[in-house]
Parts: sequence; C-alpha cells; structure tokens
Amino acid sequence: MPQNEYIERSIRLHGRRFDHEDRKRKKEARQVHKRAEVARNSIGLKGKMLTKKRHAEKAQMKKTIAMHEEKDSKRKADDGAPQNAVPAYLLEREQVDRAKVLSNTIKQKRKEKAGKWEVPLPKVRPVAEQEMFKVLKSGKRQKKSWKRMVTKMTFVGPGFTRKPPKYERFIRPTGLRITKAHVTHPELKATFCLDIIGIKKNPNGQMYTQLGVVTKGTVIEVNVSELGLVTPGGKVVWGKYAQVTNNPENDGVVNAVLLV
Amino acid sequence: MSQAKKRKAESQKLEAEANEGNVIIQFTTSTGEATASQLDVPAGITPEQLEMLLNNLLQNDEKLPYSFYIEEQELASSLGSHLHKAGMSVESVLKVVYQPQAIFRVRPVSRCTASMSGHSEAVLSVSFSPDGRHLASGSGDTCVRFWDLGTQLPMHECKGHRSWVLALAWSPDAQYVASGDMDGAIFLWSPKSDKPVGQCSGHSKWITCLSWEPAHKALPSLRFASASKDKTITVWDVSTRRPQFTMSNHTMVVTSVKWGGEGLIYSASRDCSISAWDAKDGKLVRVFKGHAHWVNTLALSTEAVLRTGAFDHRGQAPKDLQEAKDAAAARYKEATGGLPERMASGSDDYTMFLWSPSTSKQHVARMTGHVQTVNQVCFSPDGRLLLSASFDKSVKLWDGVKGTFLATLRAHVGPVYQVAWSSDSRMIVSGSKDSTLKLWDVKTRRLKVDLPGHADEVFCVDWSPDGSSVASGGKDHVIKLWRH
Repeated sequence: MPQNEYIERSIRLHGRRFDHEDRKRKKEARQVHKRAEVARNSIGLKGKMLTKKRHAEKAQMKKTIAMHEEKDSKRKADDGAPQNAVPAYLLEREQVDRAKVLSNTIKQKRKEKAGKWEVPLPKVRPVAEQEMFKVLKSGKRQKKSWKRMVTKMTFVGPGFTRKPPKYERFIRPTGLRITKAHVTHPELKATFCLDIIGIKKNPNGQMYTQLGVVTKGTVIEVNVSELGLVTPGGKVVWGKYAQVTNNPENDGVVNAVLLV
Repeated sequence: MSQAKKRKAESQKLEAEANEGNVIIQFTTSTGEATASQLDVPAGITPEQLEMLLNNLLQNDEKLPYSFYIEEQELASSLGSHLHKAGMSVESVLKVVYQPQAIFRVRPVSRCTASMSGHSEAVLSVSFSPDGRHLASGSGDTCVRFWDLGTQLPMHECKGHRSWVLALAWSPDAQYVASGDMDGAIFLWSPKSDKPVGQCSGHSKWITCLSWEPAHKALPSLRFASASKDKTITVWDVSTRRPQFTMSNHTMVVTSVKWGGEGLIYSASRDCSISAWDAKDGKLVRVFKGHAHWVNTLALSTEAVLRTGAFDHRGQAPKDLQEAKDAAAARYKEATGGLPERMASGSDDYTMFLWSPSTSKQHVARMTGHVQTVNQVCFSPDGRLLLSASFDKSVKLWDGVKGTFLATLRAHVGPVYQVAWSSDSRMIVSGSKDSTLKLWDVKTRRLKVDLPGHADEVFCVDWSPDGSSVASGGKDHVIKLWRH
C-alpha cells in the first residue's frame, strides 16, 4: 500500500518524462491489437466469456455511434403544428382531461379468459399462510384450532352476512374491510375514489381471491362510471380492472392503478 | 280478465268509438288562408287519406306529400284518435293546417361504407360541395384534402397551411373552397387540383368561420367573409385576394359569420352580441343584444338554400351563369316564401334566441331548456324546424317560426358537438364526443339508427346536399362515409 500520493507528488515536483504523451498514445494504439491477440488465443470458458464481453462492447459502441449520427444529421424543421388538434368551437374552452376511448371490450374479454393481465406490478412478494391468517382457538377448552382470522384487508360484497360461528372457518374482521379504492388513471394522471365491485384475482392464490383478500398486486374491479369512459360502440364503461399498488394492511387505504 | 287487460280493452274501445262518426274540417295553409270549403269527413280518416283528399282539392297533377297540423300538433295517427288523445272537441270546425313536404325523399344512412384514412391528425371540418359531388376536409395535420365520393378514395392532398385547418367553406357555385387556419391565413383551393388558387393574409389570429356571398346575389362567387380571433370580420375579393373591407365592433373573438340572403352579413361574438353589417360597404346596421354569455353559433333559416345556390336536390344547375343566378334567386324565393329570413343564435348562457334580423333588433323568441352550452343551432332546409346541439348530451327540436319547444332527443352519452339535416328535412344526424353518430327521425322524434364506428370523439358531421351520404370526421384521424 502506498503510504502517500507519492506519484502525484513527484509529477507535481518534477513533471513527466518528455515523451510521456507519445508513449501513452502508442500504448493506447497498441492496446487494440493486444486485446485482439488475447481474444484470438483464449479458449474454453474464458474465451467464451471474453467473446461475449467484446460482443456486448461492440454492440454498445455501434449504438453510441448511431445515436451521435442521429443527433448530427439534419432534420426537417418542425412545421410548428402542435398535436391534439381541436375544432374552432372547442378552442379556448376549459377542457376536462380527455381520455382516449380506452377500453376495448373484446380485448378485455380475451384477457379475462386467459386470466392474465399486463399489470404494472408483475411480481409480488408471496404472502405465506402464516402471515395471512391468525389461528384462533375455539371450543370449550380452547383446544380446537380450526378457525382462522384474516389479517389482511378484505372486500366483502354489499349483501354479506357472516355465517354462524360453527361454520365460519375464516373470519374477516370488520375493521379491515374496505369498499373504496383510490384509483389512479395512468394517462390522465389523476386519482379518483371509486367503489370496488369485486376482487378479480389475488396473485397469492385462488383461495384468497374467493375470500376477497386485498394485498399488494391484487387485481380489483372498480366502478368507473363517474369517469365517463366510453366504448367504441358508445356505451358507458362502468367496470374496469385496477391493480393494488400499496400494502393496504399497513396503510389503511387501497391505492390502485387502472389497467388500460 | 286482469286489470291491465281490462284497461287496455277499454282504451281500445274508447279509441274505436273516437274513430266513429264524422268531423267537420277546414284545410288552411300555414299563413292561415282557407283552402276549399269546409268538409265533412269520417273521424277515422288517416293522414294518408287526408293527403289524397287535399291533392284532389288542390287539383295537383302530381301527388305531393303534405303534413297536417291541428293546433300546432302534428297529425300522426287517425284524426279521431288524435282528437281523443288531445282531448279536443269534435263538434266545432277543425282547422287543419297543411304544409307541403319535400317531394323527394332522402334514404336514411345505415352503414359505414368507407373509412378514409389519410389525415395524420384530428379531422376538424368536413364539407360536401353544394352539388354533392365533392367532399373536402380540413385537419390538424395542416392539410386540406379532397375525396372522391365515387371510389371513396383520396383525390387531392392540398398542402399550404402552416397550422391546423379550422374552417372550411365551399363557394355556392362549387368552384372554390376557402380554408382558414390557426395562424390566420386563408387559402383558396379548387377541387380540380392540389395547388392553391390563392392566399389571403390579413388576419393576425386564427380563423373561426368562413361564409360565401350567396349565389342569387353574385355568380360566379367572388366574395366571402371570414371571422377571426382578432375580433374582426373581413370581406375578401376572390379575384384579387385582397380584403375589400374589414368590420369591427366586437371586443372578443368572433365565433361565427353568416352571409344572409338579404344583403346583410351577420356575426356572433364571445362579447355576447350579434351584429348585422351591410354587405355592400360593411356599415354596421344593427346590433342584437340579449345573450348573457358567449354567443357560439348562428343559423339562418335560408342556410340550406344559400349553401346550395343554383343546385337543386339532384345537384343539377343551369350551365349559363345568368340562368343559374336566376335559378338560385327562384330557389331562394321559393324557400323563403317572400318572408324575411330568420336567424337563431346559441350561446354559453344555455339559451337560444330567434331573431328577425332584417327588420328588427328585438328578438322573436327566447328558447330555454338546455342545461349546458349550446354548441350548434341549425334550421331545417325547409326552415320550419330548428335544431340545437348542446353539451348537455341532448339535441332539442324547436319550431323554427315561433320558437316553441317541440322535443328533446336523448341517447348520446357525451356532449353533442355537431348536427346536420337531411335535405328533405325528415332526418337529423348528430355527432358526439361519445364517438358515435346517431340518426333521428323528425316525425316520430325517435332514434332511428345508431352509427358507432369512430374510435374517438366526432368533431364534424355533414350531410351531402343530394342526400346520398353523410361524412363524419373526428379525433381518430379517419373520415367515415355513411350511406344507405
């Protein structure tokens, strides 16, 4: 370990050798040939790794060059016509944010069939059963333990009544029930407080979907009739899917992103 | 027998009773003159039978269609049941007002025959030529395009504008199209080529509306008026492309300009006033006040005939200019019936006014009922009905002479932007923000056909003067043609 920055000190005091720049340039110029020779002669796994590295470097270099070329090439000057033209009768009117007609019913149906959505949160942390449920003891001597209490937020339908205690295996506490979600429209960049219609899919499993458990990453159906979205056929869309983006059990609210 | 059945049977019986016996009627014209003598007709007589009777009485060689009105209610069913429903007496002499209908019929459009893409931005205006042979469209991509209606393909792409093409207007002789843009430039195009005929520059801000001098005043068309955001209205000479005179008394953007058939130019502005100008020298004639907010739109009762000029409903016009001018004058006279033209204005204060602009600056009627901005008003081609499109998602139908309310047409789920009449005044098409067009029947006042297809808001609708097709354009960049 050098005890001090003696090299820099020496350079400061005495300067570099007179042919330093020359030597540096030559060394750099020789470097390519040297690397090529190493690449030519290396074999086996090391050879493969080196080839891959050099290939990636080359691709990167090409991309950089292309980018510079694009920057330098002369383009036609913009004709200055801004986007999103509106007719004369809508000019200077305060526009409500105008979402495109977003929903395509057929597309949505197809996705529904496959049970797959392109979601903003593709992967979620798996929630273990132990975390999801708390075991409740029951029976006269408190020695039966078949009852479970859901420790996460849940959604139950509007006409829900609890089963008699004997048959109620899963208890969904009233304090953790929600009916509304704060849904952000990704294109409008606006958030609305919307009613939840149902739980479409909980990524942790079919059982949680049926129970109506809302955890991060859950796909919920929300009532968007207030947003005034329309299908190409002119019908008002009222149910749309959204994915939960926060941990509702920690925050006490459900935040979600509309899937469009 | 259940209650409902009993009641139904009873009402049927009552109606059957109403159709028995005789009624004394007196045919009168819309101006109140009696035609022929009083007639004793059976109460079960239908409008079709009345029509036959009237044709015989008037000794028409050809059978003409008529519609009948009893105390301003249109006769839709048999006479007896109509009286029964309205609770009118059958004992006095009934005045039956008859009004001739268009002798031709426009077939309702029902399907989209072509989606013509080409514009790379929202389509802001579409307009059929007065003879119905050409279609022009202006768009946000700074192009004006002409379309071939036979093959439903693009014909010319006219480049010249530097910004959004907001307004478009055909000259009544179908020789020119004037187009105004966001920069305030106006270009003149001919449907025969894609090169501009000329450019008129003078406005400093965008053009909101263009209107040509009517054919019965001047043929070939040589002058047109333009309204602009720079608060002025300019009348341009087509041959020199120079402004003839500029009119200004408005203090805010002029939203609409109409060149009337009686030598007046009308302009509406967001300063809540409407002005009438002399078309000869641009002197201010009258100012109409009454609106409490921006005036958005103007309509003239003669607009359809002013637009088509010498062309009849088949798109035919005399070749000779003088003859064509006479034909246009004859058509104008026939359309007005010698009465002064009427004007309607729609406003942001949710109301409309009916004016008789050539005689008085007092309004004839104030029409209230909309609960949102009125975006467009439109007289039927025969001038008897008035249509208003509003942002409250409804279209309302009004009497075009007295301004009384007739019906509300509801079905749109978004603001209605534009409406258009068929040339026989029997149908309406409306375009809306909800991406659909809807076709309405005027007689039944019901939705006739729903025309979905656009992928986004519909900004402009036009019905060809020959009635064969409807064109619509919108935010989804395509122009759709709808036909029977």
